[in-house]
Amino acid sequence: MTDLLLEATGVVKTYGAVNALREASLAVRPGEIHALLGANGAGKSTLVKILTGAVRPDAGTITLRGQPCQVRSPAEARASGMVSVYQEPALIPDLAVRDNLRLTGTPIEPFRAWVAELGITTLDLRALARDLPLPTLRILDLARALAIAPDVLLLDEITAALPADLSERVMDVVGRQREGGRSVIFISHRLIEVAALCDRATVLRDGQTVGVLDITEGSENEIVRLMLGPAANGLAAPGGPREPAVASAALPAATAVPAPDASTPRLEVRGLRAGRKLQDVTFDLRAGEVLGVAGLEGQGQDELFAILSGDDRPDEGELRVDGVPMRFRHPADAIAAGLVLIPADRMQALLLQRSVRENIALPAVAPVRRWGPIAMRGEGRRVQGAIQQLQIDTRAGAEVRRLSGGNQQKVTIARWIAGGVRTLLCFDPTRGIDVGTKREIYHLLRELASGGAAILLYTSELEEIQLACDRAVVIYGGRVVDEIPAAEANEARLLRAAHGLRRGAIA
Amino acid sequence: MMRRPDTAEVLGAVRRGGWTLGIYLVLLGLVIYTWILNSRYGLDTLAMAALPLAFAAAGQAVVVISGGIDLSVGAMMALTSVTAAVLMKNAGEEVAVVVVALVLLLGIAVGAVNGTLAVITRVPDIVVTLAMSYVWAGTALLVLDRPGGGAAEWVQDVVKGDLLDLVPRATVILALVVGIAWVPLRRSRLGLSLYALGSHPLAAFRSGVPVQRTKVASYAICGFFAAAGGLALTATTGIGTPTTGDYTLKAVAAIVLGGVSLAGGRGGILGPIAAAYVLAIIRADLVFMGVDPNYSTMIQGGIMVLVVMVAGYLELRRRRR
Repeated sequence: MTDLLLEATGVVKTYGAVNALREASLAVRPGEIHALLGANGAGKSTLVKILTGAVRPDAGTITLRGQPCQVRSPAEARASGMVSVYQEPALIPDLAVRDNLRLTGTPIEPFRAWVAELGITTLDLRALARDLPLPTLRILDLARALAIAPDVLLLDEITAALPADLSERVMDVVGRQREGGRSVIFISHRLIEVAALCDRATVLRDGQTVGVLDITEGSENEIVRLMLGPAANGLAAPGGPREPAVASAALPAATAVPAPDASTPRLEVRGLRAGRKLQDVTFDLRAGEVLGVAGLEGQGQDELFAILSGDDRPDEGELRVDGVPMRFRHPADAIAAGLVLIPADRMQALLLQRSVRENIALPAVAPVRRWGPIAMRGEGRRVQGAIQQLQIDTRAGAEVRRLSGGNQQKVTIARWIAGGVRTLLCFDPTRGIDVGTKREIYHLLRELASGGAAILLYTSELEEIQLACDRAVVIYGGRVVDEIPAAEANEARLLRAAHGLRRGAIA
Repeated sequence: MMRRPDTAEVLGAVRRGGWTLGIYLVLLGLVIYTWILNSRYGLDTLAMAALPLAFAAAGQAVVVISGGIDLSVGAMMALTSVTAAVLMKNAGEEVAVVVVALVLLLGIAVGAVNGTLAVITRVPDIVVTLAMSYVWAGTALLVLDRPGGGAAEWVQDVVKGDLLDLVPRATVILALVVGIAWVPLRRSRLGLSLYALGSHPLAAFRSGVPVQRTKVASYAICGFFAAAGGLALTATTGIGTPTTGDYTLKAVAAIVLGGVSLAGGRGGILGPIAAAYVLAIIRADLVFMGVDPNYSTMIQGGIMVLVVMVAGYLELRRRRR
């Protein structure tokens, strides 16, 4: 087929014992938006790295416009018309935006035009990249890629962590790449976006291409079926919020500590204020419930979670755990009070060079032994229990950094479960995680809640509030502006509240 | 977007360059204080005494900005110092020009060897350069096993005294070398790449920076400055010195004081150069004040710790806002 713009066939890549890619293929036509989908660990990132020259494949051929093509670095890929925008922005934090553009030889005028097109109206090119907020950096990264008019644009989770309005602009701009025969390879876990934007999709599972399909009405179900494979299809059934809670009867009793008194909330937050970002936050979190926190980027949720996990101190306000006033001076204080954090950025939680076992055993909420050498067998039993409960794939478990993103996130949760959990603070725990693992995580949160744990869950994907929570509070401008029971917490209602609107149209 | 800088931007620029500005103000204050303390002690003597360290600090700054560290700076200075002294001894005044050029090239080559080894072996920079510091120190002793050799008259004169009775010649030389060797480089793509590499290696790679070549270049530049430092040693003392290990750690102290982040990516070389002078003046002042030399090193160390703590505090406050 000569009408393909980019074709990869039989791509194989192994890291030690792990087959990242067994038999991956991808064919992109000119002028199409092509989705690349797969669960975490399916090999998407590896394939992207190979296409952009960051990693060399063990076998397989890649052709660009019918010509065999071997790029050895992102710079070479760029020269041949393939540009990638990665999950973490590739701007140098200590350089000004202008110098970042000079570094890549990006023409300034087209860059400016794209930045404006993407919805950022004020930009000082002399600002250091590290002083800019993450959503802005992603937009700049995208504009920098668009500015050299690439034939193939690879977008890895470009909309993750973008506020809704910017997301829309991005989708719009990406869609218009079709004009002039330019193609986009679009990686996203948000199937709604894929359905709205893409023409075709390639689905990877376990390092193999398991299907290529045209996106039409209702192809989401087919995609999910392909991604999960035959074994996991039980999980694929889109369950309502209550369904997993029923399954929790099978939960081992030792995993969660029962609440001492059901009438006192596990966590009471009263009038919390800190700096400019957090103005006045008040809510209760009860044992046995999952309380959702919804909000747009930068409405104070980061500060709220930092205070609850003992990472930061409030200027004003009160925290009570089981009715007892608390002042955390250090995360260790919060952990001792049973408040443990699962951050969005797994790098903040894990010791990347150490093993799965050490990572899980480290926090030791209830240590196997207080002093003296660690009781290895007891520790091993707990760790194994947590690994099994979360179904962590430990084949590459000698070093956590070699695990896939979803598996890493499971390790961050397992750390706390191994010792028994009372209050779990989850800050966007499913960021950049595939549908299958997401469902597993929500299922687990429901299980833990019905086992007596209290769970506070912030998520940047509003549609997930209804999936996992009992009720939700909406945070806007550093204040809790609304409280909504799960049954009413549909996306439209949440979005209105998250934009600070009580009623009326979505902003 | 195209508008003239407003007050906020000017303030921003001052904030970014604030540390360097501060260290120059401290330097100015110390110069005045020293002059009051002992007006007979000439600035030229001081500028001469601090010249080798200033070059060493400049070299170290380049490597640390690029995310590495070079523990062989002192040994490279020794090697280049004795090489210059041996070649210049008994040689004509004109030949010395060639010697100076050769020694600078030698520095670049030696630095490039350091960088290439770090890139090829993937052994951490600190280990590679520590090991190489012994190699270069040994080589220096082979060239000249005790202080000796000589320096051409003009080479000695060029760093001595004041220019127009105003600016110490040593400072003029320093400004010339930095102005010719660093300023254009800083503004080139290689300069950006050096900062990019130290700031975020992965992002640099993804931005198309030739990571390995840039790293070798950073060490080669460091070698160049170390050679300039070695030449300065020979020029100021008139002989070659085969053991100068002390300069390595003093250079690290100077860059920290000069506002370079040991984590890479931040700082410049003007700050470290001023810091080298500050360290030298403090040392001289403590001598004038008759402080016991043992206490004086303790005081210098204490000042370092204090300064680094203040820097850390300022950074913390900046982030909180």
